[in-house]
Amino acid sequence: MTMELDVFVGNTTIIDEEVYQLWLDGFSVADAVKMRLENGALGECEVSGEVLHSDTMDQYRTFQMCERLLHCPSKLANQLLFQIPAHHQAMLIERYYEFDHMFAREVLGKKLSKGTKKDLDDISSKTGIALKSCRRQFDNFKRVFKVVEELKGPLAENVQHHFLLSDLLAKDYAAVVFFANSRFETGKKKLQYLSFQDFAFCACQLISYWTVGAVDNMMDDMDVDLEKEFLHDLKDLKVLVNDKDMLDQHKSLVCSQLRGRIRVFTEMEANFKNLSRALINIASKLTNTKDVRDLFIDLVEKFIEPCRSDKWTAGDLTLFLTHYTSTASTLETFRYQVIWERYMGVVKSCILKMYHD
Amino acid sequence: MPGKLKAKIVAGRHLPVMDRASDLTDAFVEVKFGNTTFKTDVYPKSLNPQWNSEWFKFEVDDEDLQDEPLQITVLDHDTYSANDAIGKVYIDIDPLLSSEAATVISGWFPIYDTIHGIRGEINVLVKVDLFNDLNRFRQSSCGVKFFCTTSIPRCYRAVMVHGFVEELVVNEDPEYQWIDRIRTPRASNEARQRLISLMSGELQRKIGLKVLEMGGNAVVGYLQCFDLEGESGLVVRAIGTACTLDKISNTYAPASAINPCNSSPSKDTKDSPQAVPSALGCRSTHSSPVHSASSRLSQGFSVSVPTLLFAGMKHRHRSSEGPRARQCRAGFGEEAPGVPLSSGPPTPLRAQTFSSFSPSKSYSRQSSSSDTELSLTPKTGMGSGGSAGKEAGPLKALLRQQTQSALEQREFPFFTLTSFPAGFLLHVGGVVSARSVKLLDRIHNPALGNTRSYKLLDWNSFTADEPETRDAWWEEIRQEIKSHAKALGCHAVVGYSESTSICEEVCILSASGTAAVLSSRFMQDGALDMDHRLSRQQAPVFTSGTEKGEGDMGSSASLGFEDLAPPGCGFCHIPYDELNMPFPAQLTYCHCCRRFKVPDVLFTTIDLPTEANVTGKGCLIQARLCRTKKKAQGEGNATAISNLLPFLEYELHTQLMNKLKLRSMNALFGLRIQISIGENMLLGLASATGVYLTPLPSPGGIQIAGKTPSDITYEQHISNMQKKINDTIAKNKELYEVNPPKLFTLDPEAFRCINTELVEEVIGSPIPEPRQRSRLFRSHSESSDEVSELDLSHGKKDAFVLEIDDTDAVEDIHSLLTDAPTPPGFYSCNTEIMPGIYNWTSALQMFTSVRVFRLSNVNLTNQGLNKVFNDLCENLLKSLYFKLRSMVPCCLCHLNFTVAVPEDELIQVAVTAVAMSFDKEQTLENGRQSCDKTLMKAITENEEQLQFPLELTAESSSNPLSSAKGLSEVSGALPSARAPSVDYSSFTDRCSSWIEQLRLKAHTIRRGSIKTMSSLEKASPLPEGRSRSLRSNRSYAGGSVAVVKMTPLSFIPGTKIIKYLGIINMFFIRETTSLREEGGVSGFLHSFIAEVFAMVRAHVAALGGNAVVSYSMKECVFMENPNKNQAQCLINVSGDAVIFVRESELEATPPQPQSASTQTSSSGEGT
Repeated sequence: MTMELDVFVGNTTIIDEEVYQLWLDGFSVADAVKMRLENGALGECEVSGEVLHSDTMDQYRTFQMCERLLHCPSKLANQLLFQIPAHHQAMLIERYYEFDHMFAREVLGKKLSKGTKKDLDDISSKTGIALKSCRRQFDNFKRVFKVVEELKGPLAENVQHHFLLSDLLAKDYAAVVFFANSRFETGKKKLQYLSFQDFAFCACQLISYWTVGAVDNMMDDMDVDLEKEFLHDLKDLKVLVNDKDMLDQHKSLVCSQLRGRIRVFTEMEANFKNLSRALINIASKLTNTKDVRDLFIDLVEKFIEPCRSDKWTAGDLTLFLTHYTSTASTLETFRYQVIWERYMGVVKSCILKMYHD
Repeated sequence: MPGKLKAKIVAGRHLPVMDRASDLTDAFVEVKFGNTTFKTDVYPKSLNPQWNSEWFKFEVDDEDLQDEPLQITVLDHDTYSANDAIGKVYIDIDPLLSSEAATVISGWFPIYDTIHGIRGEINVLVKVDLFNDLNRFRQSSCGVKFFCTTSIPRCYRAVMVHGFVEELVVNEDPEYQWIDRIRTPRASNEARQRLISLMSGELQRKIGLKVLEMGGNAVVGYLQCFDLEGESGLVVRAIGTACTLDKISNTYAPASAINPCNSSPSKDTKDSPQAVPSALGCRSTHSSPVHSASSRLSQGFSVSVPTLLFAGMKHRHRSSEGPRARQCRAGFGEEAPGVPLSSGPPTPLRAQTFSSFSPSKSYSRQSSSSDTELSLTPKTGMGSGGSAGKEAGPLKALLRQQTQSALEQREFPFFTLTSFPAGFLLHVGGVVSARSVKLLDRIHNPALGNTRSYKLLDWNSFTADEPETRDAWWEEIRQEIKSHAKALGCHAVVGYSESTSICEEVCILSASGTAAVLSSRFMQDGALDMDHRLSRQQAPVFTSGTEKGEGDMGSSASLGFEDLAPPGCGFCHIPYDELNMPFPAQLTYCHCCRRFKVPDVLFTTIDLPTEANVTGKGCLIQARLCRTKKKAQGEGNATAISNLLPFLEYELHTQLMNKLKLRSMNALFGLRIQISIGENMLLGLASATGVYLTPLPSPGGIQIAGKTPSDITYEQHISNMQKKINDTIAKNKELYEVNPPKLFTLDPEAFRCINTELVEEVIGSPIPEPRQRSRLFRSHSESSDEVSELDLSHGKKDAFVLEIDDTDAVEDIHSLLTDAPTPPGFYSCNTEIMPGIYNWTSALQMFTSVRVFRLSNVNLTNQGLNKVFNDLCENLLKSLYFKLRSMVPCCLCHLNFTVAVPEDELIQVAVTAVAMSFDKEQTLENGRQSCDKTLMKAITENEEQLQFPLELTAESSSNPLSSAKGLSEVSGALPSARAPSVDYSSFTDRCSSWIEQLRLKAHTIRRGSIKTMSSLEKASPLPEGRSRSLRSNRSYAGGSVAVVKMTPLSFIPGTKIIKYLGIINMFFIRETTSLREEGGVSGFLHSFIAEVFAMVRAHVAALGGNAVVSYSMKECVFMENPNKNQAQCLINVSGDAVIFVRESELEATPPQPQSASTQTSSSGEGT
């Protein structure tokens, strides 16, 4: 004796946000029923598992049918099949495109290809996120990537426009797309301590200051690529370390500013040349795609780790970078202030974001 | 060429990818009407083509316009192979043919394919230019309006109700034609869809013609059904009520209630002259013969009552007659009284049905009811009455006669309406129903028979024989219904409906309705009757006046007017001679007016009249039953079914009765009994809404008695059960707020002051003594407990005893107690409105739920089956409550269950209903609410409404010193009356003084007054203010697609329907050959139902509407073959497309038009 068929269809589509989340999280119907029973969120209604099962099945079916529409969120608003109140539509879309940062961290910088998709079960077992959910998130990345990849204009705005997402989420997607496009190395062991948010912040910085769009929104070029010219110009910064006078002058200026203001002054003084060289080297190598990819690992290995071993505090670092940047501008012979500030602004905020345990 | 149809294809969107290579589509559109086809250009390589075509013009007969749908096919152009069809849209252009409905169809329609479902959308523009055709022999009936709504539509006024119209058309089912073996499923489905669309168009046109013949201009309560008879064909049949409707010109005047009193004065001017005379001529002549006949009838009654009582009896006999009747159609044999009856407990039988009537009156009215009556009245009045009790011989003959006369007349005093203009429904007798079992394979299928090689052709019964056969079947059943109604002393049947259940070649035809006595007001002008009851009509002012001053106070309010029965209880009265009581029923005096007799229980198929006096709230009551049946073929099968039917009906009825008592209610409304046949079982499902009608006596409890008293444990067991039952009753009383004492204490007190002379008046009747007794104790009763206690022991009506003598009875009791109560915050009913809830918010959720249950255990007993079926329904309800929990407090209205046995071991239950939330706070403040209700009512009445009631209510709210104070005090006191300590003496004092005042007022009112206007204006702000506060927070912006509300009710709370755009009647087939891929059967059906909703919404939106009212899913036939990975489903839905506006949006305009029109009408009255 079995229930062969069991459906419930409302003129206004009923959406239970709790069940939606369970569905998005990739739980099977049985698991979802169990969770709902355990959560006891059903309040006073005494309901049997049977009723819950039936309800969950209905909801899952509805979501499955909606999924097709969610792939192109603008369709959701003018499709006729489901009558869904506007606020629910927005919720459906937002939640569908929300992703686990844990998962995003794993995929970040990887090519959004079939190969990566095959590795999803590894990611799933590593992060504890259901494979189903991983697939959805991965497909979302890929879908968003495909749509905005070729589009002109600000990345986050494009994402928002096409997928009707909230500001925050659109920015996160911009980061994912940006990383996937530039294929930054994020998987190295030394980078494991960095969270998705750290990278998202960095991506945001890079998008805002280092891409073509950063200089001129009207440019034909896109937001996803770093500005070639700028990267090329970065080579000029070498003068800061190659010219010994300038290096010394720079050091003395920074030291005079920081003396007594940071705890690690002596270490700083001793290490100044190394640190400066590291930063300038990173800058000058950015013309190579390979080195662009290694931007973050370089920052960590060449700069953050030495600082950390010397037990710099975040405050120390902030002061140092601030003055390191500003004093260079006061060097008489230094002619690349604009490039310098564009470079250091981003590097500084990235390093500060990345400087934690 | 009386019509030019114009269509323009604008654009498409979201088209499916038809060319895998390019991921695009080269779409073009074919537009077809009749035999003419136009094509658009191909719009290459796009999923969102912009055709922007020219206007395609079709010059056609209006007959075709009515029959044919506009057929739009979207195709993908393919250079090398055949063009692939993407999908189709059928557009019914009927709404464009009526000047009052829609003028243009324009919008996005889902492109539908029977295999793939919805595939994109297409934007279409359709217009019709109609030329006037004055040809008298025309075959079309353009302009006749159709409404699914089973009441007078809200922005119309009924000038005249002409009566019953029916028609059926028959055709071969394309699915069973030989060609079906070689064509694709898609072609077959499309042929079927198109055929049914054609047939329903034709049907509608034919019914329209009948309406025109009768002088009407509309069909209300239009009910169209399909019988998929398989091999023997496809029957599309429809019934409805022909009316002459007047559009209420002022759109802002709500037409909810057609005012009885004003319609009569206005009639002279408003009635179309042609419409009346046909009805007029011979009416009055019949009254005297009828008179004498009726007394004989009632004598005959006493013997045959059981048969006539509840339909069950009669059809039991009828149905057992079924197969035989088939062979000899009119041969209607043997003894009418059903034998099984005698064994049953008396109570359930007595139940609802005894109606009674004061002979002279009802018959004379009957004669005026409709044309049908004319020839039938004398014959059948005497015939069925006289013969029923005596022997069968004459009965047979007479019935045959009846049938013949009916064949000549082809008309019945039936009304598909379930709610009526105030004052139309005078008395309700009870439910009448008839069933008949027929064998389909005996019907020769002539029209297209030649397409079949395997069937011998019967050339004698050539063409058109089939519809006649079907017609004859229904005639037979209708005759029977009619004779039942007669036997109940009623001349009309209201809330009438017909249905079928088909399994293989056996078909059960069922019809049911409520026997009633109607006022002649809407039938014709003349027919003045001297009968005292009619005097009510002469003072209609008060009738409706009191109805407005109703609520809890209604009954007492009406007391002021001595010489008329209050409308709140009038319909329950049996104007009946108790000396000739047909069966041992307990008649009591009406608890409201104390002057007329009422039955102890009342069953009806109609909606609760709005003016009815109801205590507490109502609830859904269902009786469910499953019976196994041996598999059989043909005639044997039919006989087996007919033999089972009576028992099924009887048990359903007993269950209903028990459950009703368990909830301490005394009346059922909207009763619908559905019997479904399968290969090896019969399913019975009876649904109704139970209420406590204040005029009717309080029901007794249920007592359990064991047959073998010796055993102590057994005794204990019984007393345990008894306790459980008593507890449940007590709980239910609380839950449904059925607390009669409160009202009773009010009533008798009130009566005491005015009723003395009445006692003398009625003294001749046999029952006055008990009445006095009861009154005595009631006036003493101060606490509710006491009363209920006394009530239980009072009289014999308590003697409802369940005997536990076998397992069956135990089962019964168990099933009684296993009905889970509705969760807190939920109410449910299967009628339009829920008594006791008035403050609806506009939150609304219509839904359809379908379940199919597979019985894997083949050797199930009856009990096992019962339990399974019962659980299935209960669980379904539980699921619904759970799903809709976010709407609490809410009421599931119009819960419509449909059961079917699609296959051997499958039970299918489909439910369509609407959940509506209401405001809780106000429910608690009973007093305010009733106040509000009155005022709301006053406001919502249209300008045709009486001035006097308006004044009454308005004054009561505006004059703080007199009645208003009384009212508010009294109503304020009402809820608290439930609290243990209440000062009753002062309370009743106040009551009576208030009643005095009312009476005084009544006198002044009767003289007529011009104050109306001002008081109305005073009255209006209040309800508006309320509605404003209610709505303000409830406006939500939809997406880019217009929101279309759907509801099975005839209204949407908090809104006014300003225009009816036409009927929606759609039939869809969906088939799949990849069931698993579509998510199994549930996934398949889920998306299909969603698609159907989408298509209905799209059509409504294209007509310019924003809601569908009276929506129903008439058919949901689901077939599957999981092994082949296939499934097919057919769905038929219908409803009325409307435009509504929120009441809050109307605020800017309201009082002026109303008061203005009131002024004119009152001045008209003065002259």
